[in-house]
Amino acid sequence: MAATTTAGTAVADRRVGRARLSDRARGEQRLGWMLVAPAVAVMLLVTAYPLGRAVWLSLYSYRLTDPEGREFVGLRNYGVVLTDGLWWQTVFTTVVITVVTVAIELVIGFAFAMVMHRIVVGRGLVRTSILIPYGIITVVAAYAWQYAFALDSGFVNEWFGLDRSWFAGRWSALFVIIMAEVWKTTPFISLLLLAGLAQVPEDLQEAAKVDGATNWQRFTRVTVPNMKAAIMVALLFRTLDAYRIFDTIFIMTGGAEKTESVSFLTYRQTITRTALGLGSALSVLLFLSVVLIAFIYLKGFRTDLSRVRGE
Amino acid sequence: MREAARPGGRRRPDRPRLLPAALALALGAGLVACGGAEGSTPTLTWYTNPDNGGQAALAEKCTEEADGRYRIEVSQLPADADSQREQLVRRLAANDSSIDIMSLDVVFVPEFAEAGFLRPFTDEEARPLVEDVLDGPLETTEWEGEVVAAPFWANTQLLWYRRSVAEEAGIDPAAEDVTWDDVIDAAVATGTTVEVTGARYEGYMVWITTLVASAGGEVLEDADAGRDAQPNLDSPAGRRAAEIIRRVAREAANPELSTAIEENARAGFQSDRGGFMVNWPYVYQAAQSAVDEGSLDQAVFDDIAWARVPRVDPDRESAPPLGGIDLGIGAFSDHPDLAVDAVACITDLESQVEYMLAEGNPGARAAVYDDPEVREAFPMADLIRDSIDTAVPRPRSSYYPDISAATVREFHPPRSVDPESTPADADRLIVDVLQDRELL
Repeated sequence: MAATTTAGTAVADRRVGRARLSDRARGEQRLGWMLVAPAVAVMLLVTAYPLGRAVWLSLYSYRLTDPEGREFVGLRNYGVVLTDGLWWQTVFTTVVITVVTVAIELVIGFAFAMVMHRIVVGRGLVRTSILIPYGIITVVAAYAWQYAFALDSGFVNEWFGLDRSWFAGRWSALFVIIMAEVWKTTPFISLLLLAGLAQVPEDLQEAAKVDGATNWQRFTRVTVPNMKAAIMVALLFRTLDAYRIFDTIFIMTGGAEKTESVSFLTYRQTITRTALGLGSALSVLLFLSVVLIAFIYLKGFRTDLSRVRGE
Repeated sequence: MREAARPGGRRRPDRPRLLPAALALALGAGLVACGGAEGSTPTLTWYTNPDNGGQAALAEKCTEEADGRYRIEVSQLPADADSQREQLVRRLAANDSSIDIMSLDVVFVPEFAEAGFLRPFTDEEARPLVEDVLDGPLETTEWEGEVVAAPFWANTQLLWYRRSVAEEAGIDPAAEDVTWDDVIDAAVATGTTVEVTGARYEGYMVWITTLVASAGGEVLEDADAGRDAQPNLDSPAGRRAAEIIRRVAREAANPELSTAIEENARAGFQSDRGGFMVNWPYVYQAAQSAVDEGSLDQAVFDDIAWARVPRVDPDRESAPPLGGIDLGIGAFSDHPDLAVDAVACITDLESQVEYMLAEGNPGARAAVYDDPEVREAFPMADLIRDSIDTAVPRPRSSYYPDISAATVREFHPPRSVDPESTPADADRLIVDVLQDRELL
């Protein structure tokens, strides 16, 4: 209740404020618009146009290699995709990969961020070594992990005395894919969390210490609440990235054994099959899922993104 | 580079001015180099599928024969046929003028021609390209009444068998009316395998279409109807093919059949359990090199014999599969006339003989098989020629990649094929996929 009231007042305040704009404020506003205009124009060109074209194409049954067979089908492509078992199978695979990798990465990433934050000796070295995996190209990392788990030549089977064909089963293949993703992108999440940790005021920590709070209490009551925005940004970015996973799967399994992600399915329909209509419908749906994820995070965390900068 | 960097490093203030100057110089030099080469002799780019250098050698030979009129440069495509197609489609859809000549798997010719990616040959240009070409590959060159591709080499499969196993089973696979059932019975009786390609890929489609065609049927009723084509697997011929696949998979196959590609089949055939195999002729030279390397017994090699692919019905001649590579000219090439000349040189009789000897890929012209060197290297030359001459191409549809993927999806794994339901399911999926009513 209290929150609604405050929000209501804020809106009312803003409305009053707008009515009372001085000439100077109006001038500043105009200048602001003029300054962002080039950026807006570029964004329209490189983002809005392709997006609009994808939406347009998704209304057709259209093969790139059969231009004469192009046919307007309205929203049928969306119906085809949403009732197709293959789509839901890839959505399920993608959600599993996303949830598991992001959860693991958040925990390990937090630990790394703490280490990077607190360490006194050899700070540069530790930070660098933690960040190295993130600097490696995804395709290279995927190959490295694939070779490690290869049936005959990989060292993983050798180490654990296994004779397992990791990429021949859905769950074992997904396990390796998730491992590679976690290894590669945990540094990203820990970097964002490190920035968040730096924002937590030291005096709050000390005050809590003086009041007799345990380490755990200080972590949950002081550290986490004060870096909520940073956590959200880290989670949001990683979730969106993980949901669009492509390279690792492309290298490791090529989508075999039901390890196909939504991006991979979209790629196959659009690029391999040149079914531009269905492929565009898929990419629009992929885009909408990403928007939905972002929306859920923003609502769930009730955080204003602009606060991340500490304003 | 290192020499230039050192003085710059010592005299720090100079560096900002030095770097752009050096860059400009380097770029300029590069431009001059490119311009110079193009100015004098036009360069034709030939997109090739990877081989052991046979196409590059032909490019060199034909460049010499052109005597300064053009230069052929080879640009290598990815390893598998699907990725090759994908890259070519992507480039041609963007009107890439760098594609002068392309090595195109014969199954993709209709798709490329329909999309307008291939420059058709005039009747006059086409005559020497298709002269003396065997019937199988000849069928792959044409689309809507025009010759759009020139046969470079052709391929087909043979039945390979171990003489000792056939003797033990008391069957003569080289006899005219040998059927798949005879071969399966022989393998079962001798405890050996019938090696085929059953992985979820194009090689499995090759086997399926051969069986359907040998049974007197067709995968598509009207392949040239594009997306409106009617599949016909749910027919007596399609069900008969499914029966044979099921029998092979359940009674006589290698346990790894569902992931077996050509090389797995060859390994299985060369092993102790090997009895019969349907595979391309390259396996003969591959076995020969295995003997030379010491990884295969000479006795096993001497035991290998060959015959035409088995029949489905005793009284209908079998229909061997057709593979191979045609050369197409890019529709957006800047030098189409020179490219026609180059294609004529690359696909002439001499080049085809050379390529067959170098790479083991059979020629598309009948006279190739009269060459004494070819006859010596390929003791089964006549059988290869006759099989290619009577081979039946896979469905010549502009939607072939979809048709193949849909068929294989329903027919895989081979063990689960059911003559009563699998062909009907495949028919339904093919229609749905062509009409954009199902994802693939």
